[in-house]
Amino acid sequence: MTTATSTIQELANREYKDGFYTDIEADMLPRGLNEEIVRAISAKKDEPDFLLEWRLKAYRHWLTMTEPKWPNVHYPPINFQEIIYYSAPKPKKKLGSMEEVDPELRATFEKLGISLAEQQRLSGVAVDAVFDSVSVATTFKEKLGELGIIFCSFSEAVQKHPELIKKHLGSVVPAKDNFYAALNAAVFSDGSFCYIPKGVRCPMELSTYFRINSAETGQFERTLIVAEEGAYVSYLEGCTAPMRDTNQLHAAVVELVAVGENSQIKYSTVQNWYPGDKEGKGGIYNFVTKRGACRGWNSKISWTQVETGSAITWKYPSVILQGDDSVGEFYSVALTNHFQQADTGTKMIHIGKNTSSTIVSKGISAGHGQNSYRGQVKVMKGAENARNYSQCDSLLLGDRCGAHTFPYLEVRNTSAQVEHEASTSKIGEDQIFYCKQRGISAEDAVNMIVNGFCREVFRELPMEFAVEAQKLLGVSLEGSVG
Amino acid sequence: MIAGGTGAYGFQCLTRSTGRKNVMLTIFNLHARVADKEILRGVNLKVKAGEVHAIMGKNGSGKSTLAGVLAGRDAFEVTEGDVLFEDKNLLDMDPEERAREGLFMAFQYPVEIPGVSNSYFLKAALNATRKHRGLPELDAMEFLTLVKEKLKLIHIDEDLLKRPVNEGFSGGEKKRNEIFQMAVLEPKLAILDETDSGLDIDTIKTVADGVNAMRSKDRAMVVITHYQRLLNFIVPDKVHVLLDGRIVKSGGKELALELENKGYEWLETEAQATT
Repeated sequence: MTTATSTIQELANREYKDGFYTDIEADMLPRGLNEEIVRAISAKKDEPDFLLEWRLKAYRHWLTMTEPKWPNVHYPPINFQEIIYYSAPKPKKKLGSMEEVDPELRATFEKLGISLAEQQRLSGVAVDAVFDSVSVATTFKEKLGELGIIFCSFSEAVQKHPELIKKHLGSVVPAKDNFYAALNAAVFSDGSFCYIPKGVRCPMELSTYFRINSAETGQFERTLIVAEEGAYVSYLEGCTAPMRDTNQLHAAVVELVAVGENSQIKYSTVQNWYPGDKEGKGGIYNFVTKRGACRGWNSKISWTQVETGSAITWKYPSVILQGDDSVGEFYSVALTNHFQQADTGTKMIHIGKNTSSTIVSKGISAGHGQNSYRGQVKVMKGAENARNYSQCDSLLLGDRCGAHTFPYLEVRNTSAQVEHEASTSKIGEDQIFYCKQRGISAEDAVNMIVNGFCREVFRELPMEFAVEAQKLLGVSLEGSVG
Repeated sequence: MIAGGTGAYGFQCLTRSTGRKNVMLTIFNLHARVADKEILRGVNLKVKAGEVHAIMGKNGSGKSTLAGVLAGRDAFEVTEGDVLFEDKNLLDMDPEERAREGLFMAFQYPVEIPGVSNSYFLKAALNATRKHRGLPELDAMEFLTLVKEKLKLIHIDEDLLKRPVNEGFSGGEKKRNEIFQMAVLEPKLAILDETDSGLDIDTIKTVADGVNAMRSKDRAMVVITHYQRLLNFIVPDKVHVLLDGRIVKSGGKELALELENKGYEWLETEAQATT
């Protein structure tokens, strides 16, 4: 076997470092799904009637739907009656402040490098932490409140700002949108809510950290971000889960609404759900619907994602470009190793005039990993002078993995300019040998080459996240050096 | 990996020949093959510190195989013989270890690494080498100071540092970048594999100027080339002719001129006569 191939194979054999489990008392609903469960979740959250009705409608519609079969991923059928739809760490008492968060929980997040302590002001990131089904802590709330920014758990928003929820919930991803979005609408238990009022530029990165802890629990969170006229926010999302040999379902929905003129939302994800072991056993099924709507003139939504975890990833962060001159961006790095499968990409729907979109997708496959890019660019009749540029690059490490590209272009306006570029490359023996001849180890060489490949995406990430993402890629490929 | 087998006789011979301190490279009875084809069939060579040796030969004579074996390319299998780098067994070392010990090869076809800047790449290389030698790693500022000095030496624009390694470089830029890397890494032994191939005469001159600036009494160089013209600019101390995997003739710099005038054929006839 050649050095490069053995290097890559060993790189592919590393441990998942966030795979620990926290022993904490949980408040759970019985497994399975029916109207009673939906009602029980709503009751636990003390929700207003409109929301319960919305959930029930979604649930009834979900019953009529079937799972999508078109993604290029393979897995045994999911028994939706085996899943536990609600699990919350049992609070010792009602939380009044951050100091009252269960020490076990705080320790869990500390271990993950997420500080819930507000003293850590220097990091300049406000965090909402979601543990299994509920949000356990939101930091910097008061400071943000002075600017009129609302950043809290979804449950809290439902209680304190029902009018905003009622107005925007489901406005971008309708409850009946697709199988997993409907399931989420029926059973979502928490998530984050963020509202940036007119003219406010959010002074810090807002961040949600998701953690699945309980076994056999599904995580169904919902994130809703609303930016009014001239508002700007940069939002980060991170995810981990313990190592388990059964598969767990994560079906989240994220809705971004750039309502006003010149509003801007930047959403970055570093997804490191447990990917399963070397034989492909266990891991998270990450079936997520993410979509943003650029409603205002000259509004902008950017998605940046670094996907290194999950057994199966199925997500297409999309932008609906309604407002004239609005801009949509999608920057993605997806890495699949061992037996991981990813079918990910984006949709850019051009409706307004002079709308433009950019898609940069970098897929990395190692081990037996299968990586598919699936992207749709749609230019509607009225979208005069719409422009799209898509670039999709695949990098193969080793000879047992696969890369696939499924671009869909639908153009109904002759003034549109749509460009698509695609490339597939392999880390060459030559590249690795060249690095070694300069004294660089094979492992460092592979990291360097992979990071170079992802550079266009990494530079879109906020600084601390970019560093994190680079490290994560390094760790994800660790040990493949011969 | 490379098999480094040797006979007892071979090793004794090597130890004796490296008794003098300034021998940088000793090749003894080196045989190597690619797949089933034997390419090197008993190469013997000794290069001392401060010397520049040219290895000439036509296509297929084994020049690039020799360079590849010395650098540790795993496409080549060594079937017999020994190589000493100073007093260490070169064939026992991984390619990166050879590099860190001070062996540098300027590639005939330098490789592109998209998205990785030249300065990042070189800093990683230099610090890997420094670490190996027990020296502290250079920080960004120290590195920049060093690199700027070397850029001047090779007459290269600072832009080069930010550009991705060899990506979109012209043939001449790639070769100059190799020499620049050599200047930064300051090897004990440099092997230049067909550094002149594909270059026009002006570029050959600038590349040669860079190489000449690097000549020193502590450094040995092995220049592998098909044509004599490079040797007008990098004047060698010794010239060897490689033919069918063996060095069939060695001499001073005048041998290169003789080859330029007479071609390689007379050597082939001569070699046939002796076997």
